[in-house]
Amino acid sequence: MAAVRRWPRKLAVLAAALPGAGSQGRAAAPGPAVLPAPGPTEEPAPEPVPGTAAPATAALYVHWPYCRKRCSYCNFNTYVVRALDEAAVRACLVREAQTLLRLSQVHRCVYGVRSEWALLRSSVPTCNSPPSASSVTSVFFGGGTPSLAGPGTVAAVLEAVAGAAHLAAAAEVTLEANPSSASISRLAGFRAAGVNRLSIGVQSLDDSELRMLGREHTAAEARQAVEAARGLFPGRTSMDLLFGLPGQSRDAWAQRLEAALGLCDDHISLYQLTLERGTALAAQVRGGALPEPPQDLLADMYETARNVLVATGFRHYEVSNFARKGALSTHNLSYWRADEYIGVGPGAHGRFVLRGEGGCSREARVQTLEPVTWMREVQSHGHGTRSRVVLNPLEQLEELLTLGLRTDEGITHECWGHFSPQFSLQDVFGEPGEARALQQSGWLVLDSGGLRCTWAGLAVLDSLLPDLLWQLQRALGAARCPPRDKEGQDARAVSGHDGQ
Amino acid sequence: MSTYPVESIRNFSIIAHVDHGKSTLADRLLEITGTISKTDRNKQVLDKLQVERERGITVKAQSASLFYNHEGINYLLNLIDTPGHVDFSYEVSRSLSACQGVILVVDANEGIQAQTVANFYLAFEAQLSIIPVINKIDLKNADPERVEKQIEKLFDIPRDDCIRISAKQGTNVEKVLQKVIEKIPPPQCNSADPLKALVFDSTFDHYRGVIANIALFGGEIAKGQKIVSAHTKKRYEVNEVGILTPNEQPTHKLYAGQVGYLIAGMKEVTEAQIGDTLFLYKQPVEPLPGFKSAKPMVFAGMYPIDQTEYNNLKSALERLTLNDSSVTVHRDSSLALGAGWRLGFLGLLHMEVFNQRLEQEYNMSVILTAPTVPYKAVLSSAKLIKEYGKDEITIINPAQFPDKLSVSEYLEPTVLGTIVTPHEYIGKIITLCQDRRAVQKDMLYIDENRVMLKYLFPLNEIVVDFYDALKSLSSGYASFDYEDAGYQSADLIKMDILVNGNPVEELATVIHKDKAYAAGKLLCERLKETIPRQLFEIAIQAAIGKKIIARETLKAYRKNVVAKCYGGDITRRMKLLKRQAEGKRLMRKIGNVEVPRDAFIRVLKRETDK
Repeated sequence: MAAVRRWPRKLAVLAAALPGAGSQGRAAAPGPAVLPAPGPTEEPAPEPVPGTAAPATAALYVHWPYCRKRCSYCNFNTYVVRALDEAAVRACLVREAQTLLRLSQVHRCVYGVRSEWALLRSSVPTCNSPPSASSVTSVFFGGGTPSLAGPGTVAAVLEAVAGAAHLAAAAEVTLEANPSSASISRLAGFRAAGVNRLSIGVQSLDDSELRMLGREHTAAEARQAVEAARGLFPGRTSMDLLFGLPGQSRDAWAQRLEAALGLCDDHISLYQLTLERGTALAAQVRGGALPEPPQDLLADMYETARNVLVATGFRHYEVSNFARKGALSTHNLSYWRADEYIGVGPGAHGRFVLRGEGGCSREARVQTLEPVTWMREVQSHGHGTRSRVVLNPLEQLEELLTLGLRTDEGITHECWGHFSPQFSLQDVFGEPGEARALQQSGWLVLDSGGLRCTWAGLAVLDSLLPDLLWQLQRALGAARCPPRDKEGQDARAVSGHDGQ
Repeated sequence: MSTYPVESIRNFSIIAHVDHGKSTLADRLLEITGTISKTDRNKQVLDKLQVERERGITVKAQSASLFYNHEGINYLLNLIDTPGHVDFSYEVSRSLSACQGVILVVDANEGIQAQTVANFYLAFEAQLSIIPVINKIDLKNADPERVEKQIEKLFDIPRDDCIRISAKQGTNVEKVLQKVIEKIPPPQCNSADPLKALVFDSTFDHYRGVIANIALFGGEIAKGQKIVSAHTKKRYEVNEVGILTPNEQPTHKLYAGQVGYLIAGMKEVTEAQIGDTLFLYKQPVEPLPGFKSAKPMVFAGMYPIDQTEYNNLKSALERLTLNDSSVTVHRDSSLALGAGWRLGFLGLLHMEVFNQRLEQEYNMSVILTAPTVPYKAVLSSAKLIKEYGKDEITIINPAQFPDKLSVSEYLEPTVLGTIVTPHEYIGKIITLCQDRRAVQKDMLYIDENRVMLKYLFPLNEIVVDFYDALKSLSSGYASFDYEDAGYQSADLIKMDILVNGNPVEELATVIHKDKAYAAGKLLCERLKETIPRQLFEIAIQAAIGKKIIARETLKAYRKNVVAKCYGGDITRRMKLLKRQAEGKRLMRKIGNVEVPRDAFIRVLKRETDK
């Protein structure tokens, strides 16, 4: 990829060296400039926007917004609906996936892919060959409770994806499942539909904790669900667990963790409970009905969990994610590496380049939140995009920094170079300043592998980021990309339907 | 105006505690005399400012000339309104010096309150005729008899002299006018004398310049005359004279004993200072006694919330002080709050009213720091005496506080406070006063269940929250007023606040030694609440010299990372982080500790604004 990205620069430099070629030669370089090149011809020529020449690949997220019951801690975009017209929702998910894939031009370019997918969808793909160029690298059904959707709906969406883009047989296809809708037969149906990875929302293995969380299932049902999933998706079953519940003791957490280790497959996500505003649980804590977990206890719980899991052979590859035997989630890694992703469904977010419209800049997109409105929009316009915001190069780097430092690999030089061809990690963070000070204090590392957090630094990342972002803004934001004025910002958020 | 000889002129004021009905009575008097037409809309006609109508107080006195026929004689009654609070006691005393009598209004339900007492003594000392009026007799709980007894006991006025009225309904208001004519003597002066005019108020008009309200103690004044200010010695030519009805109404002349206004090309209100005497050019007279420049009692830092607003705030301050020459303005700057001013006010109410006027009339929101008082130090160091050119200095800013080694004595301003309260609250009030280092001077039952207490307070003990505390422990029944009582020796120290060992200049405080521990603890606690946790431990300390007297510890972050950050979370996450990164610009670094600017604002702000 690096080689492909570099050639326009070499070409431009060559062109500049030719007699008679000057600014015109640079102007002819493909794509608009990321960072305008100032000054005379010996300056490097402007680079094309990353991705224009690169193969189009993207991860695809599908949002199923419905739940049977709202959990006490959840503030996601979810809806409890009595009678759902699933056929209509399915048709809209299919249609929006097709539209957005066309716009992103992550389309099929290998002849006969559809039939390949159709052939394989009755069995779990076992082939481990990497996805080819111009393809959907992974699909993730999240929610809400996507395990409440019929396997037929999942199959329809996957078929639509395979029909509109290249979806390799080996591509990771994850579905989030609730233990209360994860019977063996149902899970088998999802496998037949093309799902090859399951993420089970266990949350706790204690009945009273589950009740506090407003979950519909018991600890026993959660165990059964994980066991059923492991039987059907061996090595590709993940479980979610929450810690830092009001009143949860250090010992109770250690017990839950031990129980989880006895049950789990090769991937586990451990989330500190966030008391989100507007949730029933947060109100109980604020009202004093439940105790607020002390900060030091939360830090201890996190530290215990990391140590125990690493000692058991797990790789702590992201703030809240652990995997062994290489069972990392490809889909989620796409977010943290700032790859392109397309969001389908009510309230889904996306980050991708609109190649289908000849576009060359990465856009942040949000689909309409409310399902009924979203469906109406999809039915009349083919998609329910509510906002489109073009991300300028600084904003793209800010996201990369924020996301990339959450992983154990951090931000590699290659990945950084993809977004910032002119200013290396060293240029921005190697100079005396915040990052240097954070390195000296032992929170951060910048070396040949890239920029990443230390073990201690990862636990306090949100205290490091404002410093690093401020340094980044100074290093290239202020000098090269003056912040937009207010009008500019308003103008770039367009409501969905024009020009698509 | 020449048809009103001195004998048919009466100059008087209405004085009352807040809300006892001064402005309503004024409205009725204006109506009865036909000065304004009688409608339902006449509410606080003389109170022109929004803040006055909202708070039910008079800040800027207005005056009106009333024409009234009594027993076949046409009288000119000049109602000289006064500010209704002793913060403005100087203004009140100047207004009163233009009068020969007052109407003392007392609420029939609430009875005598602290301000009633203060106002009575001002009038009494000025040897004015006092007409006691018991207002609001229409109220269900009215007990005029009890109030009459209080008046008799406290002021030694026979109860039969009291007039029971309802200003709201107009009951017996006519009788008040008759009493004014019968009991208040006409002014003792002569139009044949040389001009002698007292400036008792001044306002600024953007088109016409300064409008000075004057009372003629002798002579006459007319357009075209040349006059001189006794205070500034500046000479002016009179452009316009007239009476207030209550709006300015030009007249040909004003004569001795009359009250009105004058416009004479004065550009700033400081040229027409309250209490000044005006006389004719080349005919100097002995100035009227009692003139003094306004003396601020309470100081506070004022800063724009956003430094880009500095110039707007500056011009708003300039315009507002045009109308209020008693506010002193000095430029000041603070590392935490940026460029601003240190303003001096006559008192707390004055400060609040000024701030409210800035907000209401100029749409300015400001940061007002905790109020401080002007301390003094008697210097013993020869070097410092030479440096200051005197041996006694006033300390307005704690940064200027001289070390104990070079000082023989520190002085703090005091006030004599009057509290009137139902007797069941006495115990709590005495405890409160003792906590505030106050010394009891007097205690008197004004009737069976009401007590008047007099205490000498160090001013700084009442500037922040005394009034609120008093109101809350007496369920709102106790009233409070105070007057300047000079300086007293005090054991003062300068307290520093340290963050990880580094002093925070803007939090340094001059304080009485006995109060330092409690205040230091409070400041440390408040600062701890406002500084965000950081990657290392932060010690917040209060210190006197090298001695640490209070400490709070802000623990280091051990975990601070959001649990979930997937595709849908990024936009919201970035917004928050970018705001924090943006906030780095506004951080004040104290050593390696980052302190948000609003942390100081929250610590420095007065408690009630929290």
